[in-house]
Amino acid sequence: MSTSSTTLPSADPLVGSRSFLSRLREGDEIVRLITFLFAASVVLITLLLVFELWQGSVLARHKFGFAFFATRVWDPNAGEFGALPFIFGTLVTSIVALLIAVPLGIGAAIFLAELAPARVSDTLEFFIDLLAAVPSVIYGLLGFLFVVPLMRDYIQPRLKDSLGFLPFFKGPAYGIGFLTAGLVLAIMVIPYIISVSREVLLSVPRDQREAALALGSTRWESTWKVVVPFARAGIMGSIFLALARALGETMAVTMVIGNTPAISASLFSPGYSIAAVIANEFSEATGDLYPQALIELGLVLFLLTFILNGLARIMILATSQRGSGMGNA
Amino acid sequence: MNPRLRWRKFVSNFMLTMTGLCAIVAVSVLFFILGYLVYYGGTSINWNFFTKLPAPVGETGGGMANAIVGSAKLLALATLFGVPIGFLGAIYLAEFSGSKVAFVVRYAADLLNGAPSIVIGIFAFSIAVHPFKQFSTLAGGFALGIMMIPITLRSTEEFLLAVPRTLREGAMALGASKWKTIATVIVPAAYRGILTAILLAFARVAGETAPLLFTALGNRYWSRGWTEPTASLPVMIYNYGLSPYEDWHRQAWAAGLVLLALILVINIVARAILSRGISVPR
Amino acid sequence: MNAFVRSAVSVNITPPVTTGASRETAAPADMRMTISKVNFWYGAKQTLFDINLGIATSKVTALIGPSGCGKSTLLRTLDRMHETVRHSRLEGEILLDGKNILDQDVTQLRRRVGMVFQRPNPFPKSIFENVAYGLRINGSKVPMGEAVEKSLRHAALWDEVKDHLHKSAYELSGGQQQRLCIARALAVEPEVLLLDEPCSALDPISTAKIEELLVQLKDLCTIVTVTHNMQQAARISDFTAFLLNGQVIEFSPTPQLFTKPTDPRTEAYITGRFG
Repeated sequence: MSTSSTTLPSADPLVGSRSFLSRLREGDEIVRLITFLFAASVVLITLLLVFELWQGSVLARHKFGFAFFATRVWDPNAGEFGALPFIFGTLVTSIVALLIAVPLGIGAAIFLAELAPARVSDTLEFFIDLLAAVPSVIYGLLGFLFVVPLMRDYIQPRLKDSLGFLPFFKGPAYGIGFLTAGLVLAIMVIPYIISVSREVLLSVPRDQREAALALGSTRWESTWKVVVPFARAGIMGSIFLALARALGETMAVTMVIGNTPAISASLFSPGYSIAAVIANEFSEATGDLYPQALIELGLVLFLLTFILNGLARIMILATSQRGSGMGNA
Repeated sequence: MNPRLRWRKFVSNFMLTMTGLCAIVAVSVLFFILGYLVYYGGTSINWNFFTKLPAPVGETGGGMANAIVGSAKLLALATLFGVPIGFLGAIYLAEFSGSKVAFVVRYAADLLNGAPSIVIGIFAFSIAVHPFKQFSTLAGGFALGIMMIPITLRSTEEFLLAVPRTLREGAMALGASKWKTIATVIVPAAYRGILTAILLAFARVAGETAPLLFTALGNRYWSRGWTEPTASLPVMIYNYGLSPYEDWHRQAWAAGLVLLALILVINIVARAILSRGISVPR
Repeated sequence: MNAFVRSAVSVNITPPVTTGASRETAAPADMRMTISKVNFWYGAKQTLFDINLGIATSKVTALIGPSGCGKSTLLRTLDRMHETVRHSRLEGEILLDGKNILDQDVTQLRRRVGMVFQRPNPFPKSIFENVAYGLRINGSKVPMGEAVEKSLRHAALWDEVKDHLHKSAYELSGGQQQRLCIARALAVEPEVLLLDEPCSALDPISTAKIEELLVQLKDLCTIVTVTHNMQQAARISDFTAFLLNGQVIEFSPTPQLFTKPTDPRTEAYITGRFG
């Protein structure tokens, strides 16, 4: 702290600079503290989320244990809570979605990354990104008011006629159900597969493709036999990401799946998914056990998507590291 | 040309066409959705839609004025809650933090980002509805705000880190303190990217329905203040779409068109801002 | 200027060479490939000007010159790899055994004219599968095992990898990977092998091994190599072309170019005054 002088600056340079410095530091310190608190709140919110899911399902977890996942019956009025129908529905719709979306999505990504001129590729990618921005409820609206009638009146009858001997296509077909939900989900996850796979394919080093061409490959051969295998980890990653999205999808699924906790081999059958049952029943779940069972389902969903997203990220990283780590002795 | 080579070239051209078809199919879905909404919803967008309350069940007419205002309130709350956390948190990550803390915060943000929106809804219910025994606009804004945090945080951090060292060093060499450098040099340099991030986060939560189902719930009338349940566009679309009434279907299409148009416009604007380049002079 | 080149090496006759037991004397060599009046543009910029060269059969031809002189560009036209780059344009003729390669099917051409790249680029497959790749896509009926062994022997890599054929190619060292790429190219039995600075990413020992290899491979196929290392060109090649700013300044039998260059620019380059 400087002493009295009012006209001359302090003769001691250290004194003056210390007060200037400490002022500086204090300003920075405050800002550092404030921004730290905000950053910490992100961690806090996440921890709180996990905590609430865990605590909020404690009764249900203790009562049912792991049998929760194997029980078929979901009858809240009778106090019976089995998660199997929802897990089944979530899995079936996701598998159907991937069966449709993966070939289409990877095909489109290959076209955009390998075969199309840069301008075309960028323009189409722009539209694909917009597609990814369409909200779930709008897919649901189109699903319910357009796809369901389409399935009921045209597609499902034809499937029954031609493939009705298979257990997947038996039984009454009302347009709603696993197949329709899977189809709508497929449309929703395609943009994710396309944009991630495209990026992954674009990161494959040029000289891989050139080496294949220099050996006399056709363009397709160099793409399919060399570039795509090189990027295979990243492409798998994109599929995991798509799966994670499909698992958590709520609105579009609940509007077309039929919302019936049924387990059936037929894809025409109405069903239920984890996200859909939570959406439909949570706000009216009475008592203690009922909401907790639903929260336990939420916890399961959270864990599943957490694992899938984590795996996806590792796989996508693996491909880009491979690309940059090439050519060293 | 030997037959095998002819076959190989045929396969190559065939697959080129097939993959091109895949891409066209994917892209045309977007146009199909837009077209469908415009066709079925376009005619129902009228003055009533924007100004009237929903009519009693079974009656035709009425509009979605309360849902539009409700969505606006919810989004305003979400932005007020989520953007500062994401923005200031990103400043901490980019400018002050060590790598361990940064890793933890980023990981937490990614976790939040990957969480299904229905799970966020459960969380918001436990924190903001259950203790107060009341569904409210605040709770809905809270839920949506949480979803805005990860996008804002990660993108802002990325753009802050992309600001070249020379700018920072230039400011500090002139004696500017760290926070002044951040406020007057770094953030302005990255503003395009940050703005884009906020816009994209906004567009993302504007269409979210699931988190609102047990927080803001719904309301057939005006929602007063911030502690009552409120209608919102996405939830109205959901309810009207599933209803058995033709008139309500038409209104759902109209609402869908308004919502999608809003979201697409924000997305396009955000990308346009970004493509003009980071605002750092060469 | 190109009258100069043409008088030094006319298209059909090579001047007699006087030193070295391994070099032929007096007999006119056949030209496996002939490049005539080739001009090349990348976008609006022209990068090759009126190139006329003959590539002698079963000989090593080296292309040397400072960075940016167009030697790699020229090399890549010989198997039409320039077509993988969007804005490139070629005018002129390039003959392989008398037939213009620009009129032929490019996939077939690339089987006959192989390429090895600057940085080793093995596929993410096993050593065996890397070499077998070219054979497999051509639907070759020969027993794979034998063909792969033959190529690996030609590339002087067999002894080092014969017990590890199914390991990933990425487990090999840089020099070994490059020899693997040579084996891979040789497997389809090309008539011409193009090498674009094949040793620039390698250590001196691997470089020496590959140089030795290239001289031996002459009997199998015609070799064209781009190198920025003049001593390497002097060591291994039979003919050398010196390029500058997209033009062939001088093209002669190697000993002659390095001891009695006719153009002052050639002399300046080989004495290290620029480049």
